[in-house]
Amino acid sequence: MATMIPNVISNLTRRPQTRLYPFEVRQPPLGARGHIDFDMEKCIFCSLCAKRCPADAIKVDRKGKTLTFEPLHCIVCEACIEGCAKDAITLYEQWRSPVTELYSKIYTPL
Amino acid sequence: MGRITAPFGPQHPVLPEPLHLNITYEDEKVVDLSPAIGYVHRGLEKLAETKEYPQNVFLVERVCGICSFMHAMTYSMGIEELMGIKIPPRAKYLRVFYSEISRIHSHLLWLGLFADAFGFENLFMQYWAAREKIVDLMELTGGHRVILSSCAIGGIRRDLSEEQIKIAETTLMHVKHELERINPIIMKDYTVKKRTVGKGILTKDDAIKYGAVGPVLRASGVAQDIRQLGYAAYGDLGFEPIVETDCDSYARGVVRVKESYQSIELALEALYRLPEGEAAVKVKGNPDGETLMRVEQPRGEVLYYIKANGSKNLERLRIRTPTFAHVPGLLKMLPGCNMADVPVIVLSIDPCISCTER
Repeated sequence: MATMIPNVISNLTRRPQTRLYPFEVRQPPLGARGHIDFDMEKCIFCSLCAKRCPADAIKVDRKGKTLTFEPLHCIVCEACIEGCAKDAITLYEQWRSPVTELYSKIYTPL
Repeated sequence: MGRITAPFGPQHPVLPEPLHLNITYEDEKVVDLSPAIGYVHRGLEKLAETKEYPQNVFLVERVCGICSFMHAMTYSMGIEELMGIKIPPRAKYLRVFYSEISRIHSHLLWLGLFADAFGFENLFMQYWAAREKIVDLMELTGGHRVILSSCAIGGIRRDLSEEQIKIAETTLMHVKHELERINPIIMKDYTVKKRTVGKGILTKDDAIKYGAVGPVLRASGVAQDIRQLGYAAYGDLGFEPIVETDCDSYARGVVRVKESYQSIELALEALYRLPEGEAAVKVKGNPDGETLMRVEQPRGEVLYYIKANGSKNLERLRIRTPTFAHVPGLLKMLPGCNMADVPVIVLSIDPCISCTER
């Protein structure tokens, strides 16, 4: 334990390794998988994203023209983005904030 | 002298995951034990049969949180072999890079937990502070902090830009300097040696007999590393497995300390020699046939058996993770040791029960 004494002393003057969250929020790096969102101007309800989604977070009703997305099931793997023929899905770096209840987002044509 | 049998785990302060050992003590000495698992079975192998084969890449990543990339890589390599896909050279080097940063991440996490197991909390924090830099690097390159999702059948989904390569090199050099500062403490400290040297002996013959793999096998004097098979770009990079001959908990720690340096060197080497070109090829069709794939994970050898029948769904996916191979070794390591040494010896195999039970 004696070998740690210099370290203990230097810790008295060093900046802490942690951040003072929530006063100091870390910005995610470029390309971080934060969350995804759908652009309803481009979406044609082809359901390719729903077929590719490994977490079954996207459900598309092709006849009823509704897209149901469950953000808490989404693993942000980008499989839907790669599969989308119309580039209607976008990845954002910002993380989704924590919630206390499950919820789903329902998208309809604009 | 009376004997008592007491459970160690599944809930125990030192265990991050539920491993259950029924240990028989005579006075304070361990005389017998029977391990039991089955507390976190998730049925991932069965689930893999219901998903389409490209979706399974994301599923197998969730077998283990720490070596997620290597699970995805092993699965992808298996499917690529079945479908006769040749991945581009850049993808091979990127796979080495991502594998090695996962290995550094795993080893630093374990070294921290190991220090915590014998009550050295300052050291635990030091290791995890160094690990945080690697996790940040993983987020910068792969997008996620732990489960990278950057491997795909046919190559790598996340190519590295010039800027990312520079940041990666700087971060790896920084972590190397940090480790040079922290590692002498675990290697030379009197209290650390007192708790680990000569504890949990697994001799070379026993290690082979009980089927140990990875750092546990190498700490028992067997120079076996699956990376020597030369998968991904390991064949071009060239390295020597790190071997210790002391066969005890301390040797297992030393192997991991030295491997973390080796991983930094390999990751840097992969970045320096990164070829230009595409990082992935397009995949068409469905896999057919069966294959067996082995990859060296931070904890040892992982084995994937894949059986496909020409449809989008697999017929069978079987995964054997390294901890499953290490649990029988505990039957040799623990008898004869003191009750107080049990947590340290159990942690010395780096137990990952969630991946064992899948």
